[in-house]
Amino acid sequence: MTATGMKQNTMERVFLSCGVVIVVIYALFPVVWILSLSLKRSADLNDNRLFPGTISLEHYRAIFADIQFPAALWNSLGIASIATSLAVLLAMFAAYAIVRLRFPGKRWILGGALSIAMFPPIAIIGPLFNVWRSVGLFDTWPGLILPYMSFTLPLAIWTLTAFFREIPWDLDRAARVDGATAFQAFRHVMAPLAAPGVFTTAILVFIFAWNDFLLATALTSTNNARTVPAAIAFFTGSSRFELPTGSIAAASVVVTLPIVVMVLVFQRRIVAGLTAGAVKG
Amino acid sequence: MKPRALSERHLGWLLCAPAVAAMLLVTAWPILYACWLSLFHYDLRFPEQRAFVGLANYLSVLGSGIWWQSLLNTLIVTAGSVTVELVLGLALALVMHRAVFGRRSVRAAILVPYGIITVVAALAWKFAFDPTTGFVNALLGLEQPWLTDRWSAFFVIILTEIWKTTPFMALLLLAGLTLVPGDLLLAARVDGANALQRFTRITLPLMKPAILVALLFRTLDAFRIFDTVYVQTRGAHATESVSIVGYNTLITRLNLGLGSAVSVLVFMGVLIIALVFIKGFGVSMTRGDEG
Repeated sequence: MTATGMKQNTMERVFLSCGVVIVVIYALFPVVWILSLSLKRSADLNDNRLFPGTISLEHYRAIFADIQFPAALWNSLGIASIATSLAVLLAMFAAYAIVRLRFPGKRWILGGALSIAMFPPIAIIGPLFNVWRSVGLFDTWPGLILPYMSFTLPLAIWTLTAFFREIPWDLDRAARVDGATAFQAFRHVMAPLAAPGVFTTAILVFIFAWNDFLLATALTSTNNARTVPAAIAFFTGSSRFELPTGSIAAASVVVTLPIVVMVLVFQRRIVAGLTAGAVKG
Repeated sequence: MKPRALSERHLGWLLCAPAVAAMLLVTAWPILYACWLSLFHYDLRFPEQRAFVGLANYLSVLGSGIWWQSLLNTLIVTAGSVTVELVLGLALALVMHRAVFGRRSVRAAILVPYGIITVVAALAWKFAFDPTTGFVNALLGLEQPWLTDRWSAFFVIILTEIWKTTPFMALLLLAGLTLVPGDLLLAARVDGANALQRFTRITLPLMKPAILVALLFRTLDAFRIFDTVYVQTRGAHATESVSIVGYNTLITRLNLGLGSAVSVLVFMGVLIIALVFIKGFGVSMTRGDEG
């Protein structure tokens, strides 16, 4: 459909196929490398080879035997999920109002959200560090959930606004005319229409919160709330003579695989979400 | 005003209020607080010595070689990564746009770098270039200590950034590419324009808004670079970025006054970049929001 009526000659097709292969290798190469590193035996870690000679799961056993990584995984999952739910909920209210209601200040809200999306997090970690320590939010879940929620709200509002604009809202009235109650109309007509946009937004917000490193290192200090990116960056070997390379690689694979699976399953939606706000905005 | 319109207006504000409040609480208020803190001599290790010093913190930041060095480093990384990303991103977008089979695999594959945690990507490349664990030296027959030499460290840092964020660039550009009407390209072809002419005379000009938006997003993102540098060099060997300097002053050395001055300067840097793009290049990102 995108050939736009132009016939592709053989050379172009060969060229494009090569392009496809190169792109796939480009994207997956570091993932394959870290996977192969994580499967090497400790003794083979320094063999300078791309693929492991002997496959071993010792590093996976090691990271799950320790308390640090499971704690970080739990923190990451909990904090990212709660921040995502809150951000999407608040953004839904705002996006609904922006799309459906007439009120002054819409432009300011969208413009303000956009400028916050460009905000450098380094500019606020000093104040947050200082205040969080005095009000007891330092090294706690809410201490990270709060900034993640706020930093992802712009993304959530823009994406949801773009999706909500596409929804035929009049169907609600039509359903009511046909005898549906307000709740039925919402449950059977509007909710299914809005769900894909909400879901896509949730994925994008989750990836953002799951990825953050700066706030996580600045605002946590122990297993209490330290998330995976911060934990991996500060991994230490089991003895002072051993570099934690194997453990780092194994932990990286564990946190990367779910995202890779999610991305592969929901690729169409993620692409739609990423481009909806930014270009057509 | 009719009561109905008035109540609609109130409901609109009410629905937006929680989101606006949350955004202001974690951005506007802290940046004002950072401005305030930056006017004090305030070291958390010696909190009793807190004293108002006016602009002295700014003078000492702007008078130090470390700040200008890190600003230069940040600009090098930003320029290096964003330029290559634009070219690669355009190529990728064209492949995705024109490829007949394998479109789905390409799209799925390029989302992988986007989804991967930056710290993990930085570590993967760090290990790849590391002389003891890595394969790069063995593959190229080199004995280069990549991350302990300034320029080769920049090479690895920029490579990591490019790998991780080109997909995002490509997707934004692809969205712009789909807005180029096929009829126009066909007409140009009939009139005898070759592929290169069609690309530079029709596709590129029509994509200009999308390119500028993508460039703005990525430039600001690259200017804030922290994760990759922190993981790969910790800012050693003269590779510190401005965010690393801010982090080290605030969190490692606990000097809130001086660190806040760095933070405010980074914030102003972001502001200047955004203004240059919006005023200078006429980037418009709020098109059609009256909807």
